[in-house]
Amino acid sequence: MKKQLKIVVLAKQVPDTRNVGKDAMTPEGTVNRAALPAIFNPEDLNALEMALSLKDRIEGATVRILTMGPQRAADIIRDAMFRGADGGYLLSGREFAGSDTLATSYALSCALRKIGPDVIIAGRQPIDGDTAQVGPQVAEKLGLPQVTYAEEIVEIKDSSLVIKRRLSCGTEVVECPVPAVVTVNASAPECRPRNARRVMKFKCALAASEIAAAPDSETARRAAEKPYLQIVEFAAADVDPDPQQLGLTGSPTKVKKIENVVFQAKEAKRLTAADEEINSLMVELIASHTLG
Amino acid sequence: MANFFSDNKDLQFHLQHPAMRKIVELKERGFAEKDLYDYAPQNFDDAMDSYRRVLEIAGEVCGEVIAPNAEGVDHEGPRVVNDHVEYASGTVENMKAIVDAGLSGLTLPRKYDGLNFPLVCFVMANEMVARADAGFENIWGLQDCAETLNEFASEEIKQKFLPWVSAGATCAMDLTEPDAGSDLGAVMLKATWSEEKQTWLLNGVKRFITNGDGDVSLVLARTEEGTTDARGLSMLVYDKRDGGVKVRRIENKLGIKGSPTCELVFTNAPAQLVGDRKMGLIKYVMSLMNAARLGIGAQSVGTCEAAYREALKYARERAQFGKPIIRFAAISEMLSNMKAKLQGARALLYETTRFVEIYKQYTHISHERSLEAEERQEMKFYTRLADGFTPLVKLFSSEYANQLAYDAIQIHGGSGFMKDYPCERIYRDARIMNIYEGTSQLQVVAAINAVTKGTFMEQIERYAADTYCECMQPVVAKLKELTAKFAEMVERVESGDKEKPGFKDFHARRLVETAGHIIITYLLARQAGECEEYVNSARIFVKLAEGKIGEAYTYVMNSSLDDVDLFKAVEQEC
Repeated sequence: MKKQLKIVVLAKQVPDTRNVGKDAMTPEGTVNRAALPAIFNPEDLNALEMALSLKDRIEGATVRILTMGPQRAADIIRDAMFRGADGGYLLSGREFAGSDTLATSYALSCALRKIGPDVIIAGRQPIDGDTAQVGPQVAEKLGLPQVTYAEEIVEIKDSSLVIKRRLSCGTEVVECPVPAVVTVNASAPECRPRNARRVMKFKCALAASEIAAAPDSETARRAAEKPYLQIVEFAAADVDPDPQQLGLTGSPTKVKKIENVVFQAKEAKRLTAADEEINSLMVELIASHTLG
Repeated sequence: MANFFSDNKDLQFHLQHPAMRKIVELKERGFAEKDLYDYAPQNFDDAMDSYRRVLEIAGEVCGEVIAPNAEGVDHEGPRVVNDHVEYASGTVENMKAIVDAGLSGLTLPRKYDGLNFPLVCFVMANEMVARADAGFENIWGLQDCAETLNEFASEEIKQKFLPWVSAGATCAMDLTEPDAGSDLGAVMLKATWSEEKQTWLLNGVKRFITNGDGDVSLVLARTEEGTTDARGLSMLVYDKRDGGVKVRRIENKLGIKGSPTCELVFTNAPAQLVGDRKMGLIKYVMSLMNAARLGIGAQSVGTCEAAYREALKYARERAQFGKPIIRFAAISEMLSNMKAKLQGARALLYETTRFVEIYKQYTHISHERSLEAEERQEMKFYTRLADGFTPLVKLFSSEYANQLAYDAIQIHGGSGFMKDYPCERIYRDARIMNIYEGTSQLQVVAAINAVTKGTFMEQIERYAADTYCECMQPVVAKLKELTAKFAEMVERVESGDKEKPGFKDFHARRLVETAGHIIITYLLARQAGECEEYVNSARIFVKLAEGKIGEAYTYVMNSSLDDVDLFKAVEQEC
């Protein structure tokens, strides 16, 4: 594998839906972002670990994070830098608001064309949307091969990666030429912790709009002085997009209705492998429109 | 996400102590390195922000990695493979997390890749690691050995070993031998100078060595042939990569099973001399032991925290007679006392740490430049306090760790006796804490001078002269009564000792503990003025103190000089 390999990790800041309280949803049925802490999407952390372990194995490789989101999404870029990433790109602007997966992958692919990475690694899916579409869509838009459900990079060859995939029925090992997009499962190794020395070094890293928001703060002054503390920020215009394909206008997904699913059964039902029991289960699932 | 720092307000409170400003100023030498290292703090607030952030990382590693591994490590334990230690798989994972998180070389100077954090932060991290797994605390906490190298070793040795420790090398202090436990003056392991190899060579056996197969070992050895006492002993440093030491066995222990306690055989193992010959025990081991005692204080407080939390959780969950057992007076009383002891031990731990920190920093500064008269005086002042408080904190916190672990099992009832809950492991782990690095009985020997020479009483008077909030006035009034009793006891024992030597030794523990109870209550009362959280603990602790001091007072004041012989009669038993 060539030196100075450029690895970019696609990551998303998401509301923490894992420990939801009563106020997690608004009366309108959308996620109440104010009530939930914003976190690094868990599978994107697995992706970051895969990227960092690749960097550990290839001298001169760099890892940078690309995230699209509001200014505060810079938090996850800093978090990634604390864990070992070299830096990051924040793609931010009103034009991107309301993006579905199609508009998101379009915007990310525009930014990625600017960055020109050799390997793109993303988490399988975010915990807020659970679509698992953005990674594969980015690969399609960039015309790159993709490996989904990746768990481990088994081998690094001259111009390809050998990757183990975790599938529902077992594992599969595939070889893929680079540049490529890899999306990573939660079964991959967990991300390494934030590192004390890196936290102290990079805690003042800021995106340009953060510096502009409070230019007189000590943090902003330090960030402005030192290039390694500057998180690259792209506005829409910086990545040469077709405005029609951005944000709400570029998002064909329309939410028709949201239903709350309420579990009615109080207890689990135990079935044996007998034909008649399986038959009765099938009848029940078809009757409830769970199947068919 | 479990985080042992974010979930612990008491710990966070101690980080906010006003003395931190002075401590940080001393440790950072006026922020002289702010432009030299990209991770050095620019000012006090920046430093404090970094400490908090790094302690949060430590808290997360403890909560998310070390604590979940504790049970597996306890079951699996380390093994000897090809004369070396192989850690339990959970321990290997813990070490990796610690190294990845950069939690090594915490207090070492930046020129040796350390974080240059104050001792207070090290003690806090130590405490959290112990709460997660007391056995692993030994392996991690032994990085403190590097401080002894930093203080006394040559620049060449520092350059060789300290950056390695900062990168995660583990340490050991090889002191005890089969016939030299508490009596280290009897150490026999031989160090001989080899002209041919231009190095010292170590030969002999060490026993009960915690993490004995660590990367860097500080070895107490006899360099002066023909001597038999402390004056013939020197300190040497051994690098595992050089070879020459075999692990003969790992002890099968009651607790802290993840921490390998080794018997080591040295066969021409090369080593370098640390500092001056013949000063091994007299100077360096004393310094090492003082640091280690503070370490055990932290380990004990972390264990208290773990025991209290397990007990509280169970008492809330377990229902009997139609209500959670925490709502029975007998249980809530136990839990309240546990909490007061936990907070009291922690208050004493950080008070002591601050004393140690200040005098240590002046010691380091005195190697860089000569101290001003005022600084010298301050160094002397804090050295004296640290010498008295260090055995006191070791004594109290390790006894409390045992008491709280005992109570945690009691609250669990029959379930606590089973291997199903962490409290049984905590109980076994706690048992060593009032034994190693000097038994409680030896801490009393180390602390009794602070009673008879007035160190404790002077400090108690300083606490008494402070102002306390309105709600603490009854506590302070009680403390004055108790202090008067303490003075009476000291007088009685000292005058008795003149007539009957041994009378002071006989009552030493009662005197030291009385001083400790008064000091801890003052510390909690002071904290109660700053944070309401401590009001109840101060009120509860003063009751414990009153009971304990009352008992000691009755014992001492009714004791006749004949008691010395009465309790010596057992020596004649056959």
